[in-house]
Amino acid sequence: MSAVVATGVVKTFQTGSGLITALDDVSLTVERGEFVSLIGPSGCGKSTLLRLIADLDVVTSGSVEVFGKSARQARLDQDYGIAFQTAGLLPWRSVTANIELPLQLHGVDGPARRARASELIELVGLGEFATSFPEQLSGGMQQRVAIARSLAERPELLLMDEPFGALDEMTRERMQSELVRICAETGAAVIFVTHSIPEAVFLSDRVVVMSPRPGRIRDIITVALGDARGESLREETSFFTSVTRVREALHGAPGSDVGRGLDAR
Amino acid sequence: MRTRAVLLGVTSIALLGVIWEGYKAVGPVGGFDLFGVQLLPRTSDIAMPQIVDMVARSLAPVSSAPGSQPVWLAVVIACLSSLATAAVGLAVGGVVGFALALLMLRFRLAEAAVFPWLVLSQTVPLIALAPVIVSWGGRVQIGDFEWQRWMSVAIIASYLAFFPIAVGALRGLQSPTTAQQELMHSFAAGWRASLLHLRLPASVPYLIPALRLGAASAIIGTVVAEVSTGAKGGIGRLIIEYAQSGSSDPAKAFSPIAGAVVMGLAAAGIVAVIALTLGRFRRTEDAAL
Repeated sequence: MSAVVATGVVKTFQTGSGLITALDDVSLTVERGEFVSLIGPSGCGKSTLLRLIADLDVVTSGSVEVFGKSARQARLDQDYGIAFQTAGLLPWRSVTANIELPLQLHGVDGPARRARASELIELVGLGEFATSFPEQLSGGMQQRVAIARSLAERPELLLMDEPFGALDEMTRERMQSELVRICAETGAAVIFVTHSIPEAVFLSDRVVVMSPRPGRIRDIITVALGDARGESLREETSFFTSVTRVREALHGAPGSDVGRGLDAR
Repeated sequence: MRTRAVLLGVTSIALLGVIWEGYKAVGPVGGFDLFGVQLLPRTSDIAMPQIVDMVARSLAPVSSAPGSQPVWLAVVIACLSSLATAAVGLAVGGVVGFALALLMLRFRLAEAAVFPWLVLSQTVPLIALAPVIVSWGGRVQIGDFEWQRWMSVAIIASYLAFFPIAVGALRGLQSPTTAQQELMHSFAAGWRASLLHLRLPASVPYLIPALRLGAASAIIGTVVAEVSTGAKGGIGRLIIEYAQSGSSDPAKAFSPIAGAVVMGLAAAGIVAVIALTLGRFRRTEDAAL
């Protein structure tokens, strides 16, 4: 059974200036343990697709199945963990208490919660900051907490909407390496929305390239740079070859303006 | 920082005294009026007693009757009584205000329907309301329970206090960002769980100023209601009583006024102490970069 199967998904929004088609006939399958990035210019519907999988929005037509269930049932069963561009930590809760929040909401008892939280704090490398409050952490550290929180229920699917979008380049690359390690340890499937081509290539097994207005899947590039992805990978030829392939898929035929608005970091 | 604030406070009180005494020293005894319009107040001992006299009077007994307690003690007792009434009013107003905020949060329709009434309720003059509430209260008698006059005063105080609390609580409960709300949704948290773990804690920074405003309103409501209902025992009654002896004993009238001011400060202090215990909830997410 696949982690996510989206079939013929259409999503339209009614706005003041008329009906906008955010997604038009999008079909995508993500296998268990697979890392898939969604990339495309602003307005291509990549975040919308993620929100449909997370059941934060409902499809206009078509279907989204998560582990063979409806997206809604998967949300109620807590089959996925999610992280957004802003860490969205609760400022009155310590790092530990923030990570415990989903467990607390689902009635996990205190000792089990604390044990799981301290495990996750070690996993994301925040050992000394367990009792700190969000305001005392840097942006990168806050995002680590958010990732730890999304892993609290041991989900087999992680949904990430530009989680490193607000971080500086240095922090961003370090977080990418950390994410590769974390994914290897947890074995979860990941759907990762990003603006950045190198980020998508570095992290992913497959990169889904989308085009805007209406949002469609233009191409799916298989990257698969192997499990041993260290910092040196960023300087290897295979990495640059994949970056070029994704870039060409994004920009389409020469002279086309589809890639406008894309962050080429 | 703390000492600085205290120093500034003391200085401003001293300055007020200096201005009072300074004007009394140089201002015309009969005041100054232009074509019958009084522009400057009189500085006679009846209109503006000296501060020394006020302090001396507050230490002297209330009346010449034997066993009469000193004025300051009478004022303190009256203040405590009014403070208790105001506290009951604030508690009732707080519960009602918060319940209204929850109702408006839960049902968007209720917000549209109730909010204008809240605003309208505050435009009714307190003086007009007092006799109505007293007369309604007079008809309440359930078994051994008999409606007391101070209860009417507390109700009037709560009528003023509930408004800032309802408004502040609603703003606070609505303050979580869309991202935070969606996060709770993604955790499959229902309305009640979101309220308990997200909206309630997020509302604290809004509730504390609301409580401070509510406490001030409750005090004003109590004093005004005591005056207009003639409830005995409180500082409002004392202000009227002592003012009536204004021409023969002018310094006496200022003690309950000072008492009312101190009472307001005490109420603000109590709220500040409550706020201290809730410091955790006043944090922000901003990184200390």
